[in-house]
Amino acid sequence: MHNNPLTRPTWIAGAMVVLALFLLPAAVPRFYVYMAALILITGLLATSLNMVLGFGGMYQFHHAVFYGIGAYGFALIATKTSLPSWVGYLVAPVVAALLSLIMGLITVRLSKLYFGMMQISLGSLVWALVFRWYSFTGGDDGIHGVCPPEAVSSTTGSYYFTLSVTLVCLWLMYRIVHSPFGRTFQGIRDNPERTSAVGVDVRRHQLAGLVIAGAFAGVAGSLFVTVEGCAFPELLFWTLSLEILVMCLLGGWFIFLGPMFGAAVMMTLRTFVGIYTEYWTMIMGVVLMLIILFLPEGVLGLFKRKTTGDKPAEEEA
Amino acid sequence: MLEVRSVRKNFDGFMAVADANLSVSKGDVVAVIGPNGAGKTTLFHLITGQLAPDRGEILFKGESIAGLPPHAICRRGISRSYQVVNIFNRLTVFENVQIAVLSRRGKTFNLFGRARSMAVDETMEILASVGMADRADRVSGALSHGDQKVLEIAIALGNRPELLILDEPTAGMSPEETAVALALMRRLSEDMGITILFCEHDMSMVFSIARTLMVMQQGSTLIQGSPEAVRNDHRVQEAYLGEGDACSV
Repeated sequence: MHNNPLTRPTWIAGAMVVLALFLLPAAVPRFYVYMAALILITGLLATSLNMVLGFGGMYQFHHAVFYGIGAYGFALIATKTSLPSWVGYLVAPVVAALLSLIMGLITVRLSKLYFGMMQISLGSLVWALVFRWYSFTGGDDGIHGVCPPEAVSSTTGSYYFTLSVTLVCLWLMYRIVHSPFGRTFQGIRDNPERTSAVGVDVRRHQLAGLVIAGAFAGVAGSLFVTVEGCAFPELLFWTLSLEILVMCLLGGWFIFLGPMFGAAVMMTLRTFVGIYTEYWTMIMGVVLMLIILFLPEGVLGLFKRKTTGDKPAEEEA
Repeated sequence: MLEVRSVRKNFDGFMAVADANLSVSKGDVVAVIGPNGAGKTTLFHLITGQLAPDRGEILFKGESIAGLPPHAICRRGISRSYQVVNIFNRLTVFENVQIAVLSRRGKTFNLFGRARSMAVDETMEILASVGMADRADRVSGALSHGDQKVLEIAIALGNRPELLILDEPTAGMSPEETAVALALMRRLSEDMGITILFCEHDMSMVFSIARTLMVMQQGSTLIQGSPEAVRNDHRVQEAYLGEGDACSV
């Protein structure tokens, strides 16, 4: 009854998309299955960013750090220890959450842009560490030849694994966004002062949100290694953070599935525009400009407004 | 219930509150009046924790609350509304009040419950008590100014406060809206037994509901007493005549 009602058509459309995704490997060449897996992973990463960005109002400018750390966590467990590589799937979200907690303890005191700047600085510090620490992380070479568990090592196997984990994570994040915590989080986004005045410890909730989002980004990182078989420093470079930020803006950052949609559009564009031109980043820049000028609530945001007749609430009263 | 003693707040050389004293007893309706810039809003910020006093004491139910963060003070039983509308713009009217109810019930760290079906009865009850139940599903940012001011009070009620602090509750309202807000304040005080502390420029409104008045001037308390005592005090008359307005006092 309140906020984003899941109507029957939405359910049917969602079920059909999921069904299509499960049937995909039987219908298209392997390259497209691989592409679909990467889209799902990047979409999961963007959705986890959007939990703090769109629903928490926190300018998490360097979210890819937690993705990269999750990827390295999984890769290191699989290559440097004798533990079964399944353990890596547990380690990835835990180390990402821990890093998020440590960074959050420092950044959460700052507001808005200052939070974002500090986040970029600390994230770049982590990147530099990974980039230089040859004996542990392989430096700029990264870690190659990571063997995921037998059952999920084929293209189709890793795709189904990625799809299942992504769906479970999306469901969990959806529940969180619509839980009392999620509602409080949105209250903090709209008005931290007021949220504090109704008895909510704003900083603690923000910190919890950061840790949760970091953990999901870590899961996405471990999925990436499963599909690609390697981890490298670019995974936690700030340009990737920028790209997923654009995905959130493009898809609609006040809508739960907006970032997933944005990821699908961006990744598809990049793959196919990339065939014709080397100036992919320039195209991305133009896309970003067009979004900011014409679609401040993203593509799905526009769609939602057209269908429900919702007026966008003003930013400041 | 609330005791403010010799409280001072200095902003980089500007003395917003110099020496404020205030005593609010249980069940009372207390108005703080004074010209613009007298320090009324700053005093409220000090009581509710948005600001920490430089010196002086603030006691609530016998315990010091000076310098505590706003959420801690709220949990002790003080809720407030704001002079400039301060609500959750993107959320619906229902969700605005529900956040306060969930907060009071300590549910804000519940990660997997369905917020949609939680605290519904109590939230709707509050909305009904302020006459906004029919607008529960509207996005609050799109409401009229008068409705937003009433929603302010409804959010504050979600915390079931013992002391309700209202910063100019009828500012910017039409006469009809003011009458509605006044009736609401009466109900809160008389039917629900909530102690109310508010400030207001509309003197007819103040004298129609307040049982105790506190007058501030240039950051200091001039006098606290019954409406009659305040009305007849020569210092108050001088202060207001000096301001050149509010001859109605």
